[in-house]
Amino acid sequence: MKRRRTFNSSLLTTILSAVGAIIIGLFIGYLLLLITKPDRAWWGLQRILTIGFSDPNKFAKVLYQAMPLICTGLSVAFAFKTGLFNIGATGQYTVGTFFGLFAGIQWQLPWYLALIAAMIGGAIWGAIPGICKALFNVNEVITSIMFNWIAVFAVNMAFLNFPMLVVDFWGKSSIGDRTPVLADANASAVLPKLGLDELMNSSLVNIGIFLAIIVAVIIWVLLQKTTFGYEIKACGYNRDASQYAGINAKRNIIYSFMISGALAGLGGGLYYLSGTGQYTFLKVLLPAGFNGIPVALLANSHPIGVIVSALFISYIQVGGDALQPRFVRENIDIIIGVIIYVSAFALVLKLWFEKLFVKRSMSAVSLRDDDAELPPPDEPKGKDGDNV
Amino acid sequence: MSEYIIEMVGIRKVFPGVIANDNITLQLKKGEIHALLGENGAGKSTLMGVLFGMYQPEAGEIRKDGKPVRIHNPNDANNLGIGMVHQHFKLVEVFSVMDNIMLGAEDTHLGILQKNKVRDKVLRLSEKYKLKVDLDAVIEDISVGMQQRVEILKMLYRDNDILIFDEPTAVLTPQEIEELMQTMRNFANEGKSILFITHKLNEIMAVADRCTVLRKGKYIGTVDIKDASADSLAEMMVGRKVNFKVDKKPCNPKDTILRVNNLSLTTAASGKHKLHNVSFNVRAGEIVGIAGIEGNGQSELVYVLTGMLKPTSGTITFGEHDITKYSIRERNDMGIAHIPEDRHRYGLVLDYNLAENLILKSYYTSQFNQHGFLRFLEMETHAQKLIEGFDIRAGEGGDTPARSMSGGNQQKAIIAREVSLSPKLLIAVQPTRGLDVGAIEYIQKQLIAARDAGRAVLLVSLELEEIMNVSDRILVMYEGKIVAEVEGEHAVRQELGLYMAGATPNDMSQEVV
Repeated sequence: MKRRRTFNSSLLTTILSAVGAIIIGLFIGYLLLLITKPDRAWWGLQRILTIGFSDPNKFAKVLYQAMPLICTGLSVAFAFKTGLFNIGATGQYTVGTFFGLFAGIQWQLPWYLALIAAMIGGAIWGAIPGICKALFNVNEVITSIMFNWIAVFAVNMAFLNFPMLVVDFWGKSSIGDRTPVLADANASAVLPKLGLDELMNSSLVNIGIFLAIIVAVIIWVLLQKTTFGYEIKACGYNRDASQYAGINAKRNIIYSFMISGALAGLGGGLYYLSGTGQYTFLKVLLPAGFNGIPVALLANSHPIGVIVSALFISYIQVGGDALQPRFVRENIDIIIGVIIYVSAFALVLKLWFEKLFVKRSMSAVSLRDDDAELPPPDEPKGKDGDNV
Repeated sequence: MSEYIIEMVGIRKVFPGVIANDNITLQLKKGEIHALLGENGAGKSTLMGVLFGMYQPEAGEIRKDGKPVRIHNPNDANNLGIGMVHQHFKLVEVFSVMDNIMLGAEDTHLGILQKNKVRDKVLRLSEKYKLKVDLDAVIEDISVGMQQRVEILKMLYRDNDILIFDEPTAVLTPQEIEELMQTMRNFANEGKSILFITHKLNEIMAVADRCTVLRKGKYIGTVDIKDASADSLAEMMVGRKVNFKVDKKPCNPKDTILRVNNLSLTTAASGKHKLHNVSFNVRAGEIVGIAGIEGNGQSELVYVLTGMLKPTSGTITFGEHDITKYSIRERNDMGIAHIPEDRHRYGLVLDYNLAENLILKSYYTSQFNQHGFLRFLEMETHAQKLIEGFDIRAGEGGDTPARSMSGGNQQKAIIAREVSLSPKLLIAVQPTRGLDVGAIEYIQKQLIAARDAGRAVLLVSLELEEIMNVSDRILVMYEGKIVAEVEGEHAVRQELGLYMAGATPNDMSQEVV
C-alpha cells in the first residue's frame, strides 16, 4: 500500500508538470501564430493538434520521426540518470549513421548487423568525452559539443572517400551531395516493414519504432532492476558517496557515456536504415540529437516516459509541417522550437507541483536537513500512526 | 526606560513544512551574559537570524529599550548596535585582518580610505580587551582562534553593544575557550550585553547570568544560572532526564588489527604536510580516540586509511596484509567499515531510499545480487531487520527516501549499515555531529557494543567530551602529527587541551618540574 502511494504521487507530479509545460508551450505557439497571421491562427493551432491522427499516412510519419527521437532521448536521459549531461548526442547520432551505412553499403551486411555497427559507432564517439571526464576531469559538455562538430566534418569526409557510399556510384544522380538510396545499394540492409507499409499506406513505417520501444524498456530494466543500474545511478546521484562505498566511479562514467552514445548511434542507424532518407553532406549539426534533450527533460529522464514524449514531439513536428504553405517554414520551426523549449520547463513546474503537494499535506517532516529534528524516543513519529 | 535592552516577544517564524520558532520570548538585560540553549533544530539560529535581520518573523515584536523596532536586514541590526559572531565566520579569506575589520564600515574622507584612523581605533580596542591579532596578516594564514578575535573586533569597531555569539566554542581549544569566556565577562562588566548560543551546559554554568531554553521551536523557560544546575538545564533542553556518562566495562584488547607506520601525506600543490610520520596501532576490542582541533590532519588520516586518498609514504597493515595500495572496495571486503564525517556527502545517497542506502556497501554480494539483477525481496528483509535492530525511525520503512529522514535517523542508518557488515575495524568520524543528546547516547553505546563484540574501533572526533567518554586510549593530533598518547581513564581535559594546541609531553614534564 505504502509503496504504491509514494509511487503514484511522484508519477502524478511528473505527468502534471509535463502536461502543464506542453499547454504553456502550445499557448505561446498560438500567440506567435496570432502575431504572424491572426486570421489563420486558430486554424493553425487546430491543424498542429489534429493532423497526426487525421490519417494513417500521417500517423506513420509521426512514428517514423519518433523513432530516432526515442533513441536520442534515451541517450540524454540515461546520461542524466548517471549525473552526466550528454549534449553530444548529435555527434554520436551522426557517427552512428556513418557506421550503419558503411556496414550496410560498403560491406553489404544485413540491417541487424548494420544497426549493431551504428551502436558501436555511437559508443566509440561517446566514449571519448567519457574518458576525458573520467581520467582528466574535463567537463563533458565542452568535449561533447566539440565532438559534435568533429563528427559532422569527419563523417562528411569519410563518406566522400568511399565512392560506394555516395549516390553517384549507383548511377541515378550526379550531384554527389548525399548517400545512395538504400534499396538500390543493398536491399537487405533496409529495415523490414512486415506489411505495415500497406496497412498504413506509407513507405515510412517499419519495425524501427518497435525496436526503439524495446530498447527503452531494456534501458528501464537496466536502470531499475540491475546491480549495474544501481551502481551508475549511485554515481549520478552522489559521486562522493559512491566512491566512498568502493564503486569505481571513473569506470562507470565511461560506461555510461558509451551506452548513451550507443543509444544515440542506434537512432541514426534506425533513421537512415529505414531506406527513406538519404544522408546529405551538409555542414550542419543534425537536430535529431539536440531534440533528444527536450525529449528527456519532458520525460523527467524516465525511459518509458521518453517513448511518450518522443511521440509527442514528433506529433507536433508533423503537425507543424502541415501548416505549409500558409505559414512559412521558419515560422513553423519557431513555434515547434518554443513548444519544445517551454517543455523543458517541465522540471520547474515539477518543483512547483511538489511544493504545492507539500503545502497541502503540511507534514511536520522538515525539508531542510539542518533543521531536521528527531522525535523524542518515547513517542512515535506522526507518520507511523497509520501503520498501526 | 525599560529594564531590558532587547526584547523579542511572541516571535513566530515558519519555514515550509516546519515551525522553526513558535511564540518565543527572549529578554536581554543590559550588561548580562544571556545564554540561549537548545538542541540542534530547536530554533536558536532562526531566532538569532530574526534578531539580526536575516529573516522576517510572521508574528511578534522586537523592542530596543522598550521601543518597538523593525529589523529588515543586518545593516538595520548594526545600526541598533547589534553585532554577531557567526558560527561559520564571515571573513574574506584573502584580505588582511584590518581590511576585514573595516569592510562595510570604511572610514573615508573625500572617498579616500583613512586607514591610519582605522588602525588606531582597532589597536586601541585590541589592547583594551586583550584581543591579540596581527592586523596585517591575511585571514587564511591565521589560526581559527585569531579569526574569531577578528570577528569580535569587527563588532567592537562598529561600536556594537549587543553582542551575539553563535556557538563560538565549537572550533576552539579548551584554553582558547577559557580566554573567550574571560573576554565575554570583560564585555559584560563594561556594560555590553551578550547573547551566547550554545548546547554545551558546562560553558553556560561557567559564564552566563541567565539562560533561555528552547525545544523544538518552542519557548521552554528562562532561568537564573545561580538557581540552576547542568542537570536541570539538560532536562529542560531535552525534555527528560539525561545520562551524561556512558557506562562501559574495562576494555580487553586482543590482537593488533590495524598497524599504521610512518604515514605521510603531502599536498601536491603547496607541498604542505597534511600527515607527518603518523604511526599507531589499534587492537581488537579497544576504542582508540583521535582528538584534535579541526583541520589538523584527522580527515586526511581517515581518507588514507579507508583508501580515498593515497599516502605519500608509509604503510598501513591490516591483520597480516599490507593494504597501503588496496582499493576502497578491497579494504571494505577485508573488513574495514567507515562511518564518514559528512553523512550527506559521503555516507548516503540522499536520492535513494533507505533500503537502497542500507546495501550501498554490499549490493554486489550474492546476498543482494543474482545474475546482475538486484534481489528486491532480500533488500526489503534486510532493511526491515536493520530498522528494527537499530531503531531507525522511517515513516515508510525501507521505501522512505533518505533525504526525508532526520539527521539522527540518517546517522543510525549509516551505523546500522556499517556495523551489519561485521567489520574487524570500525572507523567512526564525528559520529554524533549535529545530533541531539538522545541520539548521541545511543550512538556512543553502539560504539562500545562494537568494541565489546571484539571489533577494533577508531573514533575521530572534535568533541573532547566524546573522546574522553568513549575511548580506551587517546591519541592527540596536531598539524598532521600524533603529539601525544594518553590512556583513556587517565586523561585530563586540560592536559589534552594543551596537546591539541601543539604542546608535547616533554614540554609538560618540564613545566611540572
